[in-house]
Amino acid sequence: MKWDEFFVTGEPMIYGAMASIVLATIAIIVGLTYFKKWGYLWREWLTTVDHKRIGVMYILSALIMLFRGGVDAIMMRFQTAVPENTFLDSQHYNEVFTTHGLVMILFMAMPFIIGIMNVVVPLQIGARDVAFPRLNAISFWLFFFGAMLLNLSFVIGGSPDAGWTAYFPLASIEFSPTVGNNYYSLALQISGIGTLLTGINFIVTILKMRAPGMKLMRMPMFTWSSLITSVIITFAFPVLTIALALMMFDRIFGSQFFTMANGGMDMLWANLFWVWGHPEVYIVILPAFGIYSEIISTFSKKNLYGYSSMVWSMVIISLLSFLVWAHHFYTMGQGAMVNGFFSITTMAISVPTGVKIFNWLFTMRKGKISFTTPMLYSLAFIPIFTIGGVTGVMLAMASADYQYHNTMFLVAHFHYVLIPGTVFAVIAGFHYWFPKVFGFKLNDRLGKHAFWWIAISFNVTFFPLFFLGLKGMTRRMYTYSEETGFGPLNMLSFVGALGLAIGFAILVYNIYYSIRYSPRETNGDPWDARTLEWATSSPIPAYNFAVTPNVKTRDALWAAKHDNISIFDEEIKPIHLPSNTGKPIILGAIFFAFGFAMVFSWFIPAIIAGIGIIIVMATMSFDRDHGITVSVKEIMETEKKLRGETL
Amino acid sequence: MKKRGLLFVLFSSLVLLLSGCSSIAVFDPKGPAARTLSSTILFSIAVMIGILLVVYVLFIVILSKYRAKNSKDDYIPPHEEGNKWLEVIWITIPIIIVTVLSVVTVKSTISVENVPKGYENQKPLVIYAASSNWKWHFSYPEEGIETVNYLNIPTHRPIELRLYSFGPITSFWVPQLAGQKYAMSDMINKLNLVADVPGSYLGRNTNFSGEGSAHMEFETLAMSSEQFTEWVDEVKTTAPALDEEKFTSLLATAHVGRESFSTNHLSFSPAPGDHADHMYHTDMENGNVEHQENKEEHPTPPTSPEETEFDSVPNVDPNEPLPQSPAEDSSGDIEHTDHTNHEGH
Repeated sequence: MKWDEFFVTGEPMIYGAMASIVLATIAIIVGLTYFKKWGYLWREWLTTVDHKRIGVMYILSALIMLFRGGVDAIMMRFQTAVPENTFLDSQHYNEVFTTHGLVMILFMAMPFIIGIMNVVVPLQIGARDVAFPRLNAISFWLFFFGAMLLNLSFVIGGSPDAGWTAYFPLASIEFSPTVGNNYYSLALQISGIGTLLTGINFIVTILKMRAPGMKLMRMPMFTWSSLITSVIITFAFPVLTIALALMMFDRIFGSQFFTMANGGMDMLWANLFWVWGHPEVYIVILPAFGIYSEIISTFSKKNLYGYSSMVWSMVIISLLSFLVWAHHFYTMGQGAMVNGFFSITTMAISVPTGVKIFNWLFTMRKGKISFTTPMLYSLAFIPIFTIGGVTGVMLAMASADYQYHNTMFLVAHFHYVLIPGTVFAVIAGFHYWFPKVFGFKLNDRLGKHAFWWIAISFNVTFFPLFFLGLKGMTRRMYTYSEETGFGPLNMLSFVGALGLAIGFAILVYNIYYSIRYSPRETNGDPWDARTLEWATSSPIPAYNFAVTPNVKTRDALWAAKHDNISIFDEEIKPIHLPSNTGKPIILGAIFFAFGFAMVFSWFIPAIIAGIGIIIVMATMSFDRDHGITVSVKEIMETEKKLRGETL
Repeated sequence: MKKRGLLFVLFSSLVLLLSGCSSIAVFDPKGPAARTLSSTILFSIAVMIGILLVVYVLFIVILSKYRAKNSKDDYIPPHEEGNKWLEVIWITIPIIIVTVLSVVTVKSTISVENVPKGYENQKPLVIYAASSNWKWHFSYPEEGIETVNYLNIPTHRPIELRLYSFGPITSFWVPQLAGQKYAMSDMINKLNLVADVPGSYLGRNTNFSGEGSAHMEFETLAMSSEQFTEWVDEVKTTAPALDEEKFTSLLATAHVGRESFSTNHLSFSPAPGDHADHMYHTDMENGNVEHQENKEEHPTPPTSPEETEFDSVPNVDPNEPLPQSPAEDSSGDIEHTDHTNHEGH
């Protein structure tokens, strides 16, 4: 590696990015020092094992990544807005769409979902924390440092440029000689391990930590969706782990798993990638379905229609999600029978999904619907996602897919699924649970402004792409000629992308505005909601519930409010909580150093970092830390303070 | 407000669709395979619009009827567990729809994978289509000729394209003639198509294959069999021969314009085996012994950044969408039509 190749050079935008990274870092360091917040940051946040704070850090990171991936998206739409544009060159454009995909799926959608799971699931099941709080902190820091490693590639060494799917042999060292795809294999690996740990952690949490009386079929729908998602994570992510390890061996140690020579098989990568990649789609969509179920039910003032069919449809979707991966490459030449099989399994998914749509509609029927910001996102989801769903069925038809594959039609389809499905859901969940975590609502008027900008601009951006695909425009084209006639629709799409940017800017401004001006809640239940997380005060005390709740029905809080079925019948007892630890962040940082050294094939530093990882893990295993106990007196005082009573 | 925005987008898109149906390549088929796909897609769109209508009507009715403003203050929504019969309905009807679509899918997939109906008895014209870097090589084994970046075919004759790649996976797509299929380095994929209208059809690689993949376009010219024979004779008599040395240098070049050769590369650089070889001949590497040897003889072109930078490659303008170099094109007597006028022949 030559030093002049170490930093990415030659592009004014790259220098701009470098400068802004350096300036932002200096600003953060100076700010923390000036306000003497280092100790606070370390004690309260960086070393925390509290599921709520970990959740908040996940969501904050996801918002930053949303911004980063969004800038990528604007750059892409701007580049293709007119024919023969020279704003980005081919290499730069390739890096931008690759990182846009990676960042949005792995470092925005997943952590946002996992962040909401972290905040909400233990509260919904009446638990004090997740089953393994320290493991949870490790999960977060592995995700965080994995994301940082990938983002570093933009200025040091060059970003991955073979698409987020990184198909071989294109992603091999032979055709992608820069370190970009080394970053891919290592950054995804590190954060993927974090995700896998999250999956295991939440399965155990939901199965073992539920409050007394909360049978499986009494769990809130978001908890159900989190359980099923965690199961999918636990089965799907090991495939990614293996695929990335083989990729790393190919690229760094010269093995030949996916290369063109010596018996390597490029199709093997495509299969492994999508055996993970398709379930991954459901990992980000099922919790979204859970979020919508909670919100639609709350703001219709009605219980969820068809509860058990909602659960079973998710179970069936999760099983089918492992049986459809080959629909990502119908065109690989596996013949009509194999394609027919995968067409049928894929279309079968539309049946349980349709059941869910009708159940949401019938939840609202005979209800009392109020149009708050989270409800608006949930309502917009239904018509827009249905377009994504029906175009998905169209794509599932193997023969027709021969005309859609790799075109803008596909790009339009998956944005029609992922944006109303996942992005609207996490924004809706963000608005919905924000008062639970921080004790005040986001401003509703600004929230609605942002919503209309986002919902309308989304359609302006992505609806034209269906037609561009049918006209023959493929995805990942950095330029096209005037004669193709792709220009006007691409321009329309760019205009929509600007509208989306305005919408998200209003959303961010709303956070600032609400922190300053929103009235503070004194009651823990601002939406008149139904499930247990609203039964404790806001902001939530470290121990969640002063008394372990007793659950006798579904929608336990609603039953307590309207049918006088009490939840808290026990006496306050001392509560045992885990103590904070700095080891997860240290472990994450060493993983980062290991990954960075491996990217550049610096094996001595990598081995040292590897030994460091083992040492930190060993010290964690032999740690004799029994946590802290909160006394009854402290609990009483905290509870009084949270209720606004003077001591 | 939102609905109006949605409707506006839908409406304007429909206007675009109706005004420019012939500009939508997928709905402007010029051969039986593409025609099957076009009607399959239009059928599925009709079914999907039906489904959307049901959901949208329910959505609008429920939202307008049960909004909190329209209900009395003391109205308490009922507790509903669900309804067995409604669930049976919304499970059964989708299953019927999916079944119908499955039958259509399997039938149309089998139909486009095979030689189109009515052409089964003809001997297909075999053409090898291979991608390297960001160009396409078309070898005609029976005629013994080869072209680069343009494909001439006779109409009303089944064409059997045998696709493979000298590098990353690419996907061969001429939307007006047939659906696409991957070209990969370790095996042959077969694509059957027939053109029944003479004309010039744009083809391209749809699978991202690196820096220059946006420029991987080629013209497919469908002509009568007499014109095709004339063109073949012309190439055989006027075009230069393709020897190993020339072929190696072609492979190493990132982009080239159109080229024609009176011999082809299959004699000294044979294509890989087909899928079956790949699956069952475990002793072979990369599917075919010949291909492996071929790789050793013709190593993949170097891809260090210096050498694949567009600007460093002489005589190539990457912004040129469809390389048109009449000097190298030996089919002088055949008119090239532009892509907006498909009935030109």
